[in-house]
Amino acid sequence: MQYNWKGCVPTVWDTVFPYLLSGISVGGQYALIAIGYTMVYGILRLINFAHGDVFMVAGIVMVYIAASGLPLWLCIPLVLLITVGIGFLIERVAYKPLRSAPRMSVMISAIGVSYTLQNLVLYITGGLNKQYPTIPWISETVVIGPAKTKLVTVVTPFLVILLVFALVTLINKTKIGMAMRAVSKDFETSQLMGIKINNVISATFIIGSFLAGVGSVLYFTNYPTVIQTSGAMPGLKAFVAAVFGGIGSIPGAVIGAFIIGVMENIIKGLDVILFKAGITSGPLGLATFSDAFTFALLIIILVVKPTGLFGEKVTDKV
Amino acid sequence: MSLLKVTNLVVSYGGIEALKGISFEVEQGQIVTLIGANGAGKSTTLRTISGLVAPRDGRIYFEGRDITDYNTQKIVETGIAMVPEGRRVFPNLTVLENLRIGAYLRKDKEVIEEDINYVYDLFPRLKERSWQLAGTLSGGEQQMLAVGRAVMTRPKLIMMDEPSLGLAPLVVKDIFRIIQTLKGTGMTVLLIEQNANAALHACDYAYVMETGRITMTGTGDELLASEAIQEAYLGKQADKPARS
Repeated sequence: MQYNWKGCVPTVWDTVFPYLLSGISVGGQYALIAIGYTMVYGILRLINFAHGDVFMVAGIVMVYIAASGLPLWLCIPLVLLITVGIGFLIERVAYKPLRSAPRMSVMISAIGVSYTLQNLVLYITGGLNKQYPTIPWISETVVIGPAKTKLVTVVTPFLVILLVFALVTLINKTKIGMAMRAVSKDFETSQLMGIKINNVISATFIIGSFLAGVGSVLYFTNYPTVIQTSGAMPGLKAFVAAVFGGIGSIPGAVIGAFIIGVMENIIKGLDVILFKAGITSGPLGLATFSDAFTFALLIIILVVKPTGLFGEKVTDKV
Repeated sequence: MSLLKVTNLVVSYGGIEALKGISFEVEQGQIVTLIGANGAGKSTTLRTISGLVAPRDGRIYFEGRDITDYNTQKIVETGIAMVPEGRRVFPNLTVLENLRIGAYLRKDKEVIEEDINYVYDLFPRLKERSWQLAGTLSGGEQQMLAVGRAVMTRPKLIMMDEPSLGLAPLVVKDIFRIIQTLKGTGMTVLLIEQNANAALHACDYAYVMETGRITMTGTGDELLASEAIQEAYLGKQADKPARS
């Protein structure tokens, strides 16, 4: 007979808890990416397909900067700075010139940026998996109840809540935040108030890229390597989270991301959980469906409630 | 020297000339109105002055300075505010925030607070609803907010695009009273109206626009007395049936 961490007979909870914990953590990482999608959509009505790749590039930049021998405490701010720069440049080069073009053109441009970034990284890395540096402290192993995990798993949700709180304060209490809300409703009238639309849009991309950069540090600490396609899956899932929460809504994106992160991880562990609970007698191979779940959710949301959990009714700008 | 001077302004949208070379002036401290039917080019004129539309030809002078090539933000800084057609308050911002955003370019924090109180004195209804989202206001209240927001930029010239559109007659009266009040504080008003009767009564000087051209000018009283105007815009029939 095995005994659990308390020295008692293990319960189902002991089995579920580690999955729940990593679900919350992954959810937090998705949330940091999802905010970038939802904010850019809120202002430009654009699905920034390159956002997941910005997240991946942040990972690659970290690999190369850490390899250069700089101390890690310097690497992280540097990575964030470079990620922000990339996000800013993408908007200026690929989206700004298309400001008055049909929305479809901007979207195609975004897809172009996505592939450009992936292929640029492919060219630089030669398509090899790059070892992500071990970041001290958050890579340490901790034991929480029945779960043994890296410290990053525990830190992520708190950091996410802190960042979301800061962001919401910025949007609701500051002048630039007020301008963002105004621009998201009405470009022209915002201009009549003397607001520089382009600066506000740049600020949005800077915030989105910054959060994606933070997300990347947290995410890749849990995964050993980075490759040019590393951004695709988390990017897509964060996008689904943003749609699920109601695209354009920041709280929606965060809640959506946590729900998807948790559900996905519970499904990953469902075989074990069901077995331990005595419901099944052998593996069913349910873990395979964890990704499929996310995308099935996307389809269901779009069919049943296209505006998501907190989305507003989509009305075209006049 | 007039406050605003427009000379030979030509604007075209995709090959169609919306303005075919119009010239007019707005004197300091006056209420000047452009009246005319739908599609005469009134809104285009205001949009061009505020830099939202680029003219193909012609110049715009404000206080003697050529502002034709200024961008919208710089034009606002120069002292021209616009109350756009359909009010266009920010529905997701509170009433107070809508006023604050009007002062977006200003740095004089204390004076901004004074001006907010000034607008609240002008429109006590807005004060009551200070914390409400602007989207929940009635049409008339939104129009007051749009005017208040423009006042917050501390403009020398305030341009209003159809402020009476879609409002109840009593509210329209209110709006015109406010326009007179603004004039009383030394502000210059350039007003666009389809409600020719009210506009002509309120204004010092008027221009009549027809399909991209200015066809008549005169003081409000002169135009009110003109037979052609009465027929075309005031719905008073002479011997022939009025044009629709």
